[in-house]
Amino acid sequence: MNPTLQKEIFGRLTLDAIPYHEPILIVTFLGVAVGGLAVLGAITYLRAWGYLWKDWFTSVDHKKIGVMYIVLAVVMLLRGFADALMMRMQQALASDGGQGYLPAHHYDQIFTAHGVIMIFFVAMPFVTGLINLVMPLQIGARDVSFPFLNSFSFWMTVAGAVLTMISLFVGEYARTGWLAYPPLSEAAYSADAGVDYYIWGLQIAGIGTLLSGINMICTIVKLRAPGMTLMRMPVFTWTALCTNILIVAAFPVLTAVLALLSLDRYLGFNFFSNDFGGNPMMYVNLIWIWGHPEVYILILPAFGVFSEVTATFAGKSLFGYTSMVYATLVITILSYLVWLHHFFTMGSGSSVNSFFGITTMIISIPTGAKMFNWLFTMYRGRIRFEVPMMWTIAFMLTFVLGGMTGVMLAVPPADFVLHNSLFLIAHFHNVIIGGVLFGMFAGVNYWFPKAFGFKLDPFWGKMSFWFWVSGFYFAFMPLYVLGFMGVTRRLRVIDDPSLHIWFLIAAFGAVLIFIGIASFLVQIAVSFKNREALADTTGDPWNGRTLEWSTSSPPPAYNFAFTPVVHEIDAWWDMKQHGYVRPLTGFKPIHMPKNTAAGLILAAFATIFGFAMIWHIWWLAIGSFAAAIATGIAHTFNYHRDFYIPADDVARTESERTQALSAKA
Amino acid sequence: MRRLRSIALLSCLTLLGGCKAIVLNPAGDVAIQQRDALLDSVWLMLLVIVPVMTLTVLFAWHYRKSNEAARYEPDWDHSTQLELIIWGAPLLIIIALGAVTWMSTHLLDPFRPIDRIAEGKPVPESAKTIEIDVVALDWKWLFIYPQYGIATLNQAAVPINKEVAFRITSSSVMNAFYIPAMAGMIYAMPGMETQLHAVMNETGVFRGLSANYSGSGFAGMHFAFTSLSAADFDKWVAQVKAGGGALDRNAYLALEQPSENVPPKTFGTVDPTLFRLAVNQCVDSGKMCLDEMMAIDAKGGLGLAGINNVMPLVYDKYARRGAGPTRAYVAALCQRNAATGTAATTADLARQISASVHLSPLQATDAE
Amino acid sequence: MTVLTDTAAPGTPAPVFYVADEHEHPEGSSTYLGFWIYVMSDCLIFACLFAAFGVLGGNYAAGPAPKDVFELPIVAVNTAMLLLSSITYGFAMLAMDRNKVGSTLGWLVVTALFGAAFVGIELHEFAGLIHEGATPQRSAFLSSFFTLVGTHGLHVTSGLVWMVVLMVQVATKGLIQANKRRLLCLSMFWHFLDVVWIGVFTFVYLLGMLR
Repeated sequence: MNPTLQKEIFGRLTLDAIPYHEPILIVTFLGVAVGGLAVLGAITYLRAWGYLWKDWFTSVDHKKIGVMYIVLAVVMLLRGFADALMMRMQQALASDGGQGYLPAHHYDQIFTAHGVIMIFFVAMPFVTGLINLVMPLQIGARDVSFPFLNSFSFWMTVAGAVLTMISLFVGEYARTGWLAYPPLSEAAYSADAGVDYYIWGLQIAGIGTLLSGINMICTIVKLRAPGMTLMRMPVFTWTALCTNILIVAAFPVLTAVLALLSLDRYLGFNFFSNDFGGNPMMYVNLIWIWGHPEVYILILPAFGVFSEVTATFAGKSLFGYTSMVYATLVITILSYLVWLHHFFTMGSGSSVNSFFGITTMIISIPTGAKMFNWLFTMYRGRIRFEVPMMWTIAFMLTFVLGGMTGVMLAVPPADFVLHNSLFLIAHFHNVIIGGVLFGMFAGVNYWFPKAFGFKLDPFWGKMSFWFWVSGFYFAFMPLYVLGFMGVTRRLRVIDDPSLHIWFLIAAFGAVLIFIGIASFLVQIAVSFKNREALADTTGDPWNGRTLEWSTSSPPPAYNFAFTPVVHEIDAWWDMKQHGYVRPLTGFKPIHMPKNTAAGLILAAFATIFGFAMIWHIWWLAIGSFAAAIATGIAHTFNYHRDFYIPADDVARTESERTQALSAKA
Repeated sequence: MRRLRSIALLSCLTLLGGCKAIVLNPAGDVAIQQRDALLDSVWLMLLVIVPVMTLTVLFAWHYRKSNEAARYEPDWDHSTQLELIIWGAPLLIIIALGAVTWMSTHLLDPFRPIDRIAEGKPVPESAKTIEIDVVALDWKWLFIYPQYGIATLNQAAVPINKEVAFRITSSSVMNAFYIPAMAGMIYAMPGMETQLHAVMNETGVFRGLSANYSGSGFAGMHFAFTSLSAADFDKWVAQVKAGGGALDRNAYLALEQPSENVPPKTFGTVDPTLFRLAVNQCVDSGKMCLDEMMAIDAKGGLGLAGINNVMPLVYDKYARRGAGPTRAYVAALCQRNAATGTAATTADLARQISASVHLSPLQATDAE
Repeated sequence: MTVLTDTAAPGTPAPVFYVADEHEHPEGSSTYLGFWIYVMSDCLIFACLFAAFGVLGGNYAAGPAPKDVFELPIVAVNTAMLLLSSITYGFAMLAMDRNKVGSTLGWLVVTALFGAAFVGIELHEFAGLIHEGATPQRSAFLSSFFTLVGTHGLHVTSGLVWMVVLMVQVATKGLIQANKRRLLCLSMFWHFLDVVWIGVFTFVYLLGMLR
């Protein structure tokens, strides 16, 4: 074909962008293709397309969107973990005098993709998903403030994930590390499409995250049940509020800084270049002004989960509710005053370094207070060691270690010898796995029966737990040790064979974690198979304390037939104490939002737009952008976005529940 | 305190299998003090970590459901005394740690000349500081000894018990200069100069490396760092001088071409202005030095007349400096302009920009 | 609000645990709060761009400085356009309050014309700069200048698109509750852009001339 015409049509996308010369990627592609076809085939065979489209993809129900977020997180966890496994294998093989099996071009993509995927497409959707699923139920609401926006946010997150996954088979991903520091991420040093995949994947997902943050804040502020004052909100809702405030205050910075990087890359601007007065250190500052709050965006909801789980399974009200809330608020505010601790070694003055070091340490005070609060919640309790509680205990023991190593890194002179080392890697995996991930698994095991009406199988839950926890220690304790040996991160080849043993242990740990993840998937499959035996007809399988346990499992579309009235912190516990009886008559029609495909369609256009921008296919970029705007405008002409569930339907649903409850009794 | 430290150190070391844990058992006074700050923070933190971990296990065990004998108070959820302790104890620890941090951060500021070469041994008045200028290249380390007029690649040596002052920069992207045995790391950044002051107290060969990922050759970007007795150091300098080889501007421009796993090399003579030029990105004689540019900017720029004066300011905007075909493209543009005697025009710049936008490595190969 | 009560321990006042007769949650009851939060987050994007201008605004790369490229009179005219458009938007809102469709639409048209004039003058200014060679690629100062001012201009442009859409909606559906809500949101957005522009005018243009 005429090269000019080809360029007009396909931008810089050529057949060479397909990595058919990389056997690992070909095998992966075949695996994904076969697996994907099997899933699509199964859906077609089961005639589930209509059901999926009507009941899930176009749904604006916060519970379903929450579940879809978590499904996305689990799928992306598999990808992110495959990257981790490959890295561990590479370092285990390449620390014994060899070169390993991955060339730099591939290895450098893998560690970048691992970081980006785990933070943006595993941890974030997990957290957002749990908040979506649980928070409206906890505050006695029927949905979030902006149900359509919620669906749109979710699909934008999917769009970002899809773009990131496409990079596996079309072109390449960034080879810059997960924060893409310039000048390395500038066009001069990373001319290929990798960094552009990074930019557009994050920009598109970031829009979703920001809008979801606004939505959740409004929901918590505006839609709480009567009587639920701020100081009666469940702690998980508090942490959700703080997390979403952080999202709204931090993600615009990410959007801005990535936009500036794109201007540099696409139009030759000079924000972070070495030339014409650009300043790469400004990027580092800006990205960490987003990046540090991001860490707390992830960990705060996990803290919330642990608070709920500890109180429930200790059979006690949470110790020090007020100080827990204030601790959360203090962390929220302080998380903006510590970003510079990520680059003490860039040569800021010692007073600046000390200031940021000390603010960082101060965060450990409220965090420590939280730790003690959970401890004293267990004190004089009756602790049931169900799977969520096991994750919580493992968290408490693991997270304090991560906290300690974090404070070590906050002392600038100590950071000078540990920064960018494997010690740092061990530290943040210690807090993100030991904190966020353990929290998410606790939360999934805890709230799964609420979402689906049956509990998760405890045996496989415990298998998953033990493999994960032991795998974590095997995988990351060696990295602490290696950090003390002065071994730094992102090394493809380690040419000191005496370190080999440590990398072998770490790789073994990764294999254990792999079994842990597999056990989790088995747990879901087994539980689905045994769903009759594991069924929860009461709606309150754990003897819970907060409002989500007052409705059925799974809750009806409208959540609560009557809006609850709250008198105590533990509203449902209070209701049970007072011998609350479900109302059986007097139902009214319930006002609900209609499903819509607009969010999905907008996100589809956004995906196409991102792909076109990445490959410089300008006509497609313009076209998809215009289409997205047109869809958005067309959507505003739809004034009929709500409907009423008739009182009879509500009565029917509620009487079914009455029968289920009495059958149980 | 000191004994405590050595005991803990000992246990750490046994744990880590001898003296491999260089960060805990370094060979230079600065790194030793940094290690001490690190251990101080560990002890202070353990004051709260140990009780928390013990209590977690204890409470979890004692208050298990099957233990009917344990007290159960479902409504006990507040105690002012306990609250005071759980906020107060961490606060006190952080105050102590904050004080340690403030002092040690100022004392161990890498930009600050050291005032002791070992504990109880202040730097002698007459002692001469060894100056070493470090340039991170793609992907190797260049060391220039301005006092001796020599330079080395991927290897360096210093005499023991002498203060060493490093001035550090990078030719292209960010790296971090790190000799774990000697002192903590500091970033090496293009167009900027960072400093590190440290001292070696033991002789031996140690490992130096880049601690910040900088591209495909990053894993091989390390060097042997030798600390020698004063006499041996002088011998080493003489050897390097005798070894010949000259590092002038052209040699530097050839050297900064990306290359991986480069074996060590020495240069008997070196252009004395080279480091200043490297920091200011103007080793290439057609380029305007950054310091000059900043001085012009401080006076308000060159006005509209300066608009077209762009070629001297293009360092690496369109390609990794010194890298392959794209450089040839820019060079060709320069020659053409040199031939006609005019500066590059905006149109040239625009063409370059559009070229860079469409550049992918695949197409660059085509262009070759 | 009538309320059903349920059983409790006899003798104690029975607590009320649910609302039997629900008050209507009108659709969009959180819209103002949500939109306000969005505006604040947008404000943070501008804050980043201001910060970038603060850091890079003096890096002329041996090229032109603000005093060489800015033409204050035209910027002053431009500022007047935007400020006037804010006032006329206020008139549109007053008309909306009195439920006068025609007058609301009229004022919106005037506002949109002022807005379009603003964007037009800004484009003219940019075109002049680029023609002179003072392109955003020339120096970090110009990069940050074009980005900050251009982002504001893009916001005004999208505000204009939104305004046109709303005019169509008001014309076809009248001043129904949903349209009033949207007009109020756009009003917040429009005044916000006005405030940002005052920042731009002060920090970029006025202080730039003094540099």
